[in-house]
Amino acid sequence: MLQLVLFNVTNGLIIGAFYVLMALGLSLILNLSNVINFAHGNFLALGGYMAYVLTPYIGFWGALLVSPILTAIFGFVIERLMIRHLYARDPVYSLLLTFGLAFIMQDACRYIWGPNGLSTTIPDAMAAPLSADLFFITWYRIFMVAIVIAAVVGLFAFLRYTRVGIRIRAGTLDLDTVAALGVNVGMLRTLNFAAGSLLAGLAGVLAAGQLGLNPNMGDDLLMPSFIAIIVGGVGSLTGTLVGGLLIGVAAALTTVFWPAASEAVIYVIMLVVLIVRPRGLMGEEGTLI
Amino acid sequence: MSAATTAVAVPAEPGRRWLTAIIVWALLLTVPIWLSMMGGYTALAGRVLVLGLAAMSFNLLLGFTGFMSFGHAAYFGLGAYGAGLVLKYVAASTPLAILAGVLLGGLAGTLFGLLIVRRRGVYFAMVTVAFGQIAFYVAYSWNDLTGGYDGLRGFSRAPLNLGFTTIDIANSDKAFYYFLLAVFGIAVGLQGLLLASPFGRTLLAIRENERRARFLGIPIERHVWLSFSISCAFTALAGALYALLNNFADPMGLHYSLSGEIVIMAVMGGMRAFWGPLVGAAVFVVVQDYISSWTVNWMFFVGLIFVLVVLFFPRGILGMLQRSSGK
Repeated sequence: MLQLVLFNVTNGLIIGAFYVLMALGLSLILNLSNVINFAHGNFLALGGYMAYVLTPYIGFWGALLVSPILTAIFGFVIERLMIRHLYARDPVYSLLLTFGLAFIMQDACRYIWGPNGLSTTIPDAMAAPLSADLFFITWYRIFMVAIVIAAVVGLFAFLRYTRVGIRIRAGTLDLDTVAALGVNVGMLRTLNFAAGSLLAGLAGVLAAGQLGLNPNMGDDLLMPSFIAIIVGGVGSLTGTLVGGLLIGVAAALTTVFWPAASEAVIYVIMLVVLIVRPRGLMGEEGTLI
Repeated sequence: MSAATTAVAVPAEPGRRWLTAIIVWALLLTVPIWLSMMGGYTALAGRVLVLGLAAMSFNLLLGFTGFMSFGHAAYFGLGAYGAGLVLKYVAASTPLAILAGVLLGGLAGTLFGLLIVRRRGVYFAMVTVAFGQIAFYVAYSWNDLTGGYDGLRGFSRAPLNLGFTTIDIANSDKAFYYFLLAVFGIAVGLQGLLLASPFGRTLLAIRENERRARFLGIPIERHVWLSFSISCAFTALAGALYALLNNFADPMGLHYSLSGEIVIMAVMGGMRAFWGPLVGAAVFVVVQDYISSWTVNWMFFVGLIFVLVVLFFPRGILGMLQRSSGK
């Protein structure tokens, strides 16, 4: 029984880690630019496919480093080419644009790499489990959680200690004032979008090794990421982090006792939070917008 | 709301409005004649009507209240399942099926509406998407009742019994088309009356300047809630008709990709024009039908439509027509 619980909690933490990476990227973009990136799951898939293409040439470690950067560059270009023209318009347009982009990217991935699942190779040493009893905890999974923790710490450090990060946080609170102080807000939004894409790309590389690749691999992660943001409280990155972990672990624990309800529990959590505490767990008072 | 978007908000002068209405109705009434001459089929026109109704109902919220829902497929799909379940398990009665669909979708919208009326902008969109996925998830997982992934089959629309005569909408395509058109006409007529009423004008006031409306003593939350519920009920009506059209209801009818398609129909046709969403639905359905007949990668091109409309035709077809002749 203990093993079963451990097994599911491990799975929950892994899935929760993906939710967190996805949701943090979405949340970054949402907070500063007021855009919901419906294509975020496809950015993740793109990161994964790039790792698949690059691994034979530069190895797993090289791909782990390069693919997220390429995804970030892709995000940078998309923001510059399309999304930035929509900030002044009704928000419905940016949502529709990313929605269409999601369709395009998904079909493009299907066209290029085929509709069937692919898998990337991870180093043999990492595919091995810790021990026979804990067969479900491979080194790769531990490594993955470590990377996610490092990425989260890195993101919060970036926002706290770097000039761009501080400006992003300031812009989230009051973009007009930041612009009036002479900051190039357009470039700030672009960099912020690229940072969100970087996280999606990183999640994609990790997911490629763990869950395998298919053109709509991001779709299953997108909705839980939305819910993580809603549960955690819109406007709060810490909230998003807590929300992602909460629904990941809750879904995993439910799997132990009532497997059929493991997905439903995510929605139940969201409904309960919206009824009891509409601004979300860590959303600030007054940001009920 | 920027100045650019409010500029088109002025309603077209009465003469033009009548002209548009007459053209639309003349085209719709004669569909079986000209569409068969062009080699089309009536099922396509039925789909345009149904999705057009869904987009117009959705637009009560987006275009005329200023709130953007990205989860309207949920109410469309619930309407379809409501109608299908009644036909399959309760009674072979088309009116009862439609009523059940409207009630199911409308009630779900009314309940969800309570939880979202205080959200604005993209957050409103985000919560409505998540709610939509709850409905999708229920339809997808409740295998015994809904048929799960395969969808709900094994029902068919029943002939319409008016007491003095029976209209065979089950077998005659033409009779069914005119039945759809009649329901569509009633629904759209009600929407027109609603928008012309003091209630509808109040919604416009909320769209234009929510803060000012609030200072005038308008209970904003109640109006948004009512607008959302009414919009959902009409969308559910469209969904019920869709189930009758296909004799089938499936979970993809609740999926958020359909929600996005409903939004793009409204925007592509012109979300500030009463008939805009219908025009958008017609173009979208025909183009999608055409594309999917020659490539399996139709999603790519549908996505391209989204991007092109957003970047180059944000006012929509009717919006551009109104503007070019209005100045």
